[in-house]
Amino acid sequence: MSMAMSETLPRDTTLRALTLALLVAFVCGLLVSAVAVSLRPIQRANVEAERIAQLQLVLNALSAIGREQSIDGLEQHMVELASGRFDDSVDATRFNAERAAASSATGTAIPPDLDLAGLKRRALHAQVYLVRDATGRIELIILPVSGRGYQSTLHAWLVLDGDTRTVRALKFYRHGETPGVGSRIEEPAWEASWRGLRAFDDAGVLRIGVRPAGSGYSEDAAYQVDAISGATRTSQGVDGMLRFWLGEFGYAALLQRIREEQP
Amino acid sequence: MQDSNWRILTRPLIDDNPLTLQILGICSALAVTTSLDTALLMSLVVVCVLALGSAMVSLMRHQIPHSVRIIVQITVIATLVIVVDQLLQAYAFELSKRLSVFVGLIITNCIVLGRAQGFAMHNGVVASALDGIGNGLGYALILILVGAIREFFGKGSLLNMQILIPTSQGGGFEPLQLMLLPPSAFFIIGGIIWLIRRKRPQQVEKPEFSLPVKGRETR
Repeated sequence: MSMAMSETLPRDTTLRALTLALLVAFVCGLLVSAVAVSLRPIQRANVEAERIAQLQLVLNALSAIGREQSIDGLEQHMVELASGRFDDSVDATRFNAERAAASSATGTAIPPDLDLAGLKRRALHAQVYLVRDATGRIELIILPVSGRGYQSTLHAWLVLDGDTRTVRALKFYRHGETPGVGSRIEEPAWEASWRGLRAFDDAGVLRIGVRPAGSGYSEDAAYQVDAISGATRTSQGVDGMLRFWLGEFGYAALLQRIREEQP
Repeated sequence: MQDSNWRILTRPLIDDNPLTLQILGICSALAVTTSLDTALLMSLVVVCVLALGSAMVSLMRHQIPHSVRIIVQITVIATLVIVVDQLLQAYAFELSKRLSVFVGLIITNCIVLGRAQGFAMHNGVVASALDGIGNGLGYALILILVGAIREFFGKGSLLNMQILIPTSQGGGFEPLQLMLLPPSAFFIIGGIIWLIRRKRPQQVEKPEFSLPVKGRETR
């Protein structure tokens, strides 16, 4: 195609280039800011709706084990992980575990030998949920857990029984694993295999995990589920994730405290 | 020779398709085509960004100094992409999460900058907008085709409506898991390029050099 020859080429002076660049930057910056600010309320509402939807996922996980629960029945706490104490001075509505982990004020580096989940850092606090029965006894403990999978970070809710040892449900709510392979961690059948598993043995030793598929009967069967065949790395990720979060740098202090408070 | 507006709009569909002839924008075509809905949304976004970006660059073409033209074009494109991304996060939150970074990466999509620099800098606003829409639709055409093939064979569904019942749910369809992995998009795009060049041999590139033939008997 031919160019329109009548067009005069712009005069190429430095001043003109600078002026135009500044002008374009200013107008574009103004436009982007205006759009971002004016849309923020809607985006916030979306994020809030997603949080509610996530709580709904917890409730679904509970209803899968025959426990119908309303959102109001969930008791939410911010836990200081190191001490296991509830610290409700942290604003839960603005808490974002990933963002908190990245900051030096609200997060901490995980010692490499303890970093089974491959996270490198974790937040000082975690947002957990409790369900109490009519007498006020803790019946269910709902813990957010996350860990490195094959190609993404896995995020799940781990639901423990009030005895702090028995797994009631493991529900993945966000991951980016290979569709049809690693993504099978979400399959109801695999999620169901976690139900009723014992996380700790009677001596209090952490035994939960994922064992290689088809490893047959062993005494670990009460504590471990079979890996998903073809998704070895994802399965190992789930294994590391649970061992980390139930371990000493995870929720151990919280679980210890709950055990002491309700024998 | 100035092309008619109709030619400007339709030529990038097959004759001068940015994906299959110019082999541009392959990265996003691999990433967002695992299902038809993401492919459709990505297509829509790219058409909008291309049309508006080309039109705006064309509007400014007499003012943009030669020395900073690429930076100015990128700034305009980046602004549009960020605005669209913000809109998606507000009004299509679920889908925007699945498109994740690939909306933002439209900024670096060679098609957008290519049309701004190669066409909009030398042509009028209407022609540039049509050229943007045409190229966007050319990209969309391939994206939608690949997305439909991958979702159908990979999950047995189209637009999340189950058409074939997979064996895991008692049906007779074994999902082709390869279809959900990025390499399958290479194969499908390669197949589409082959088909188009079968029908339009003028698109076949001349070999850049030929290997010397050794050991052949000569009479």
